[in-house]
Amino acid sequence: MDIFLQLIVTGLATGGVYGLIALGFVLIYKATSILNLATGAFMSLGAFVCLSMLTQAGAPFWVAFTGTLVFAFLLGLIIERLILRQLIGEPIISVIMVTIGLAFMLQGITHIIWSPEYRSFPEIFPPEPLDLNFAIVPSGLLWGFVFAIIGTLIFILIFKFTRTGVAMRATANDQQAALSMGISVRWIFALSWSFGAIAAVIGGIVIGNISGISIYMGDIGLKVLAVIILGGLDSIGGAIIGGFIIGILENLTGLYIDPLVGGGAKAVAPFFILVIILMIRPYGLFGKKIIERV
Amino acid sequence: MRCGDFRETYIKDEEIFQSLFVKWCLALFFGFLLIFPFVANAYLLYVANMIGFAVIAAVGLNILTGFTGQISLGHAAFAGVGGYTSAILVTQLGFSFWLALPCAGIMAAISGLIIGIPSLRVKGLYLCIATLAAQFIFEFIFVHWESLTHGIRGINVPPPSIGSFLINTEKRFYFVTLFVVILAVGYARNLVRSRVGRAFVAIRDRDLAAEIIGINLFRYKLTAFAISSFYAGIAGALWVGFIRIVTPEHFPFQLSVQYLAMVIVGGMGSVLGSISGAIFMTLIPELLNVLSSSLTSVFAGAAHFFIPFKEVVFGGMIVLFLIFEPRGLAEIWRRIKAFFLLWPFSY
Repeated sequence: MDIFLQLIVTGLATGGVYGLIALGFVLIYKATSILNLATGAFMSLGAFVCLSMLTQAGAPFWVAFTGTLVFAFLLGLIIERLILRQLIGEPIISVIMVTIGLAFMLQGITHIIWSPEYRSFPEIFPPEPLDLNFAIVPSGLLWGFVFAIIGTLIFILIFKFTRTGVAMRATANDQQAALSMGISVRWIFALSWSFGAIAAVIGGIVIGNISGISIYMGDIGLKVLAVIILGGLDSIGGAIIGGFIIGILENLTGLYIDPLVGGGAKAVAPFFILVIILMIRPYGLFGKKIIERV
Repeated sequence: MRCGDFRETYIKDEEIFQSLFVKWCLALFFGFLLIFPFVANAYLLYVANMIGFAVIAAVGLNILTGFTGQISLGHAAFAGVGGYTSAILVTQLGFSFWLALPCAGIMAAISGLIIGIPSLRVKGLYLCIATLAAQFIFEFIFVHWESLTHGIRGINVPPPSIGSFLINTEKRFYFVTLFVVILAVGYARNLVRSRVGRAFVAIRDRDLAAEIIGINLFRYKLTAFAISSFYAGIAGALWVGFIRIVTPEHFPFQLSVQYLAMVIVGGMGSVLGSISGAIFMTLIPELLNVLSSSLTSVFAGAAHFFIPFKEVVFGGMIVLFLIFEPRGLAEIWRRIKAFFLLWPFSY
């Protein structure tokens, strides 16, 4: 029973981090209807930029963190302007492929600048784990969880109360109407990419803290697809809740299924869940139902 | 409609070889393909074989993605199913390679049918994600079904043979590949102008309208999945027969992306496009390899950068083609032809 509770708790914490990365997908999808498969590449690029600022430039964590966020903001703007804007109105397959191509480019660039070996992050957070009596949360996961929750809250508040946030929601709802109300849809698209990149980069830094970084950490981005499909592609709250569910399910698979198939089930579990969700409820728990059936 | 391009009947419009000139060009090209193995060295023949496998897989994927409009990010998994099926049949059940080859295709087609079932419920983005999940699930199966696939150690396969004649060199295998490629391309080119092919295109253009004019979506979507996976399975089985080993690492997600990139770079909805796309996307990395090995002799550190540099070039090519030439190489070829059609007096 003990190990069960422990796995639930760590699953929740991991799920929080998944939720944060899922936000990176959702923020972009909500406004622009583009599934950004380069999110994983954003993550690792951001984590490496942060690491370089910390170790090579010797900046304190909050400076490096802010610097990385600024970097992500600019990265989002540039990518939207140079690549995605050219493809507005193109079929889905082109847009998806362009993000995949982008992922390969970014991963290659990361590989060229920082060599592929595995590195650990300098200690940023206090290393003491949190003892909940029935379970222990490792420090990295705990702080990741905290970051995820704070990040999500900030994004929800932005969407609810600021002018930009309202404009973004309006654009997501109806582009033509938004245009006629004087909202610059182009700017909103660019901004969504920036926001998405920022969320992904924070996710990258957090994961880097938990398990160290390598250029292959972007693979987590694909696993997170299960989270966003479960939560609903366009739901911010859904991303977080989906993250929790997938995190827990993944851990439980590790406990109960792994011994049966001889390991490795934990890594592939999200994809099984993904297929099942797509069969039963493709729009997810909180997504907009726009599936048409023929 | 472009000028100087007159056809009076539908049959004429659907002809594969539309002029005598094209026929001559094709005959010349065949001649070249037949002479090629006798003049090329082993490395060039190796590349030619790789191109052949890529052509088969890309043409298959184009039937699904370019003609039927169903996105698949799991094509490499089907190639893997084909490769493993042939390897297992040959090593454990003692089949000959020639019998195992069609069996591999059929097995891949069956798994394609299973993966295709979600396509009836979901499409576009969701289908893309579903096939991506399938890719990872298949990879998992290849690694973990130890008793059948021998996990990451893979299976060693004996070279195929006719009687006592072993097909164990690049040159001998080249003819096998060439034969299968011609069959595959010929079938695909004829399929897309048949009743089935027209149904595929109708589904791509507007599935609702297609259903209303009486096309059975269930049947045709699954047919497209089955045919395309059959092609992938054949490509995978040939590849395994060629390199004589199969491991899970041969069929990663990246290969799926590569196949899709071939279809896009070549031009969606064009058989000729997939062929040129497959050639192009196979040659570029090989050219980079040659370049890297010659550069390494000058700068010692250059080899270090070439693996990631290849990735950047690969990604960049996808991005640039989608932005500047979304219809791919086939469209460039068509424009060149149109330019010379009435040259020098166009309009």
